[in-house]
Amino acid sequence: MAKAKSKSRSNNEINASSMADIAFLLLIFFLVTTTIVEDKGITVKLPPWSEEEPDITQLKTRNVYSVLVNAQNQLLVRGEPMDIRNLRENAQEFISNPYGRPDYAEKPTMAIISLKNDRGTNYKTYLEVYNELKGAYNDLWNDASLKKYGVPYDEDKLPLAYRKAIKAEIPMVLSEAEPTAFGEEK
Amino acid sequence: MSKFSKKRGKADPNISTASLPDIIFMLLFFFMVVTKMRDSELKVNVVTPFASELTKLEEKSLVSTIYIGRPMEKYISIYGTKPRIQLGDKFADPREIRFFLETFRVKVPENRRSQITASLRVDGNVTMGVVADVKTELRKAGQLKVNYSAKRRPEAGF
Repeated sequence: MAKAKSKSRSNNEINASSMADIAFLLLIFFLVTTTIVEDKGITVKLPPWSEEEPDITQLKTRNVYSVLVNAQNQLLVRGEPMDIRNLRENAQEFISNPYGRPDYAEKPTMAIISLKNDRGTNYKTYLEVYNELKGAYNDLWNDASLKKYGVPYDEDKLPLAYRKAIKAEIPMVLSEAEPTAFGEEK
Repeated sequence: MSKFSKKRGKADPNISTASLPDIIFMLLFFFMVVTKMRDSELKVNVVTPFASELTKLEEKSLVSTIYIGRPMEKYISIYGTKPRIQLGDKFADPREIRFFLETFRVKVPENRRSQITASLRVDGNVTMGVVADVKTELRKAGQLKVNYSAKRRPEAGF
């Protein structure tokens, strides 16, 4: 029966050879899009573990930029409450000290940022604060790079020697104290 | 008449490619499924916060991920609502982190072990207490390269 049918209509099949190409296209699309999704984040280098707390009281107070974040997610920067939106600019000014203020860092190499939070601090706030502080340094590095080499600072593209030179000039020193037990969730 | 006899005489020289799409579709589905399955099943809610100063994590084989967040709804009855740590695909105690890192470390070639990054995928809504405990454990384990997972702010427009 079937044979007879194919005899009467010789070409009743749809040409499916291009289906493969369409499927290939889909396959390649999925292969590409799934690899694009990558992990991003703020990379941090933790200090090695030691039993005793580092002592920052011996440093000159003018060189220490203390940032406290409490369990209510409020900021206290060098004894003054501050809005997080002003943090980046203020930190930059403190580190570079363009006007030579006597209460700001002597020079960028001596500036130390001390970050302390409560155990009840929200992680989101903490990361925002960290982001702003890192951003302050990134902006400073960018300025230094533009001034010295005429290219913007880029962690991947700038040669290692240039990056090292910039970081020797403006090292990022961020010390994190053990959090206090306020606001711990029960 | 002559038309039919001709067809009978010679076999069809074309190989049927009709099944090729099916084979490729099978491949396609395989890849679609596999790429989703690679991530371990999440048992805690993790919505990473936004940030702007981001670094890419280059090599997946050098990244060990630690999840911190509040347990998902179906686990609340057992584990409560307090923020929890998830290692691999199970809930864990901060003390287990060192063992977890060590088991990851032995799988990496020796000359690349210093490049291992611990990726902390932490929910924005947890308190710092549990994160501080994890950080302490990481420092004790000598895993100092840490990446706080974050998303780029949408309005930043890069």
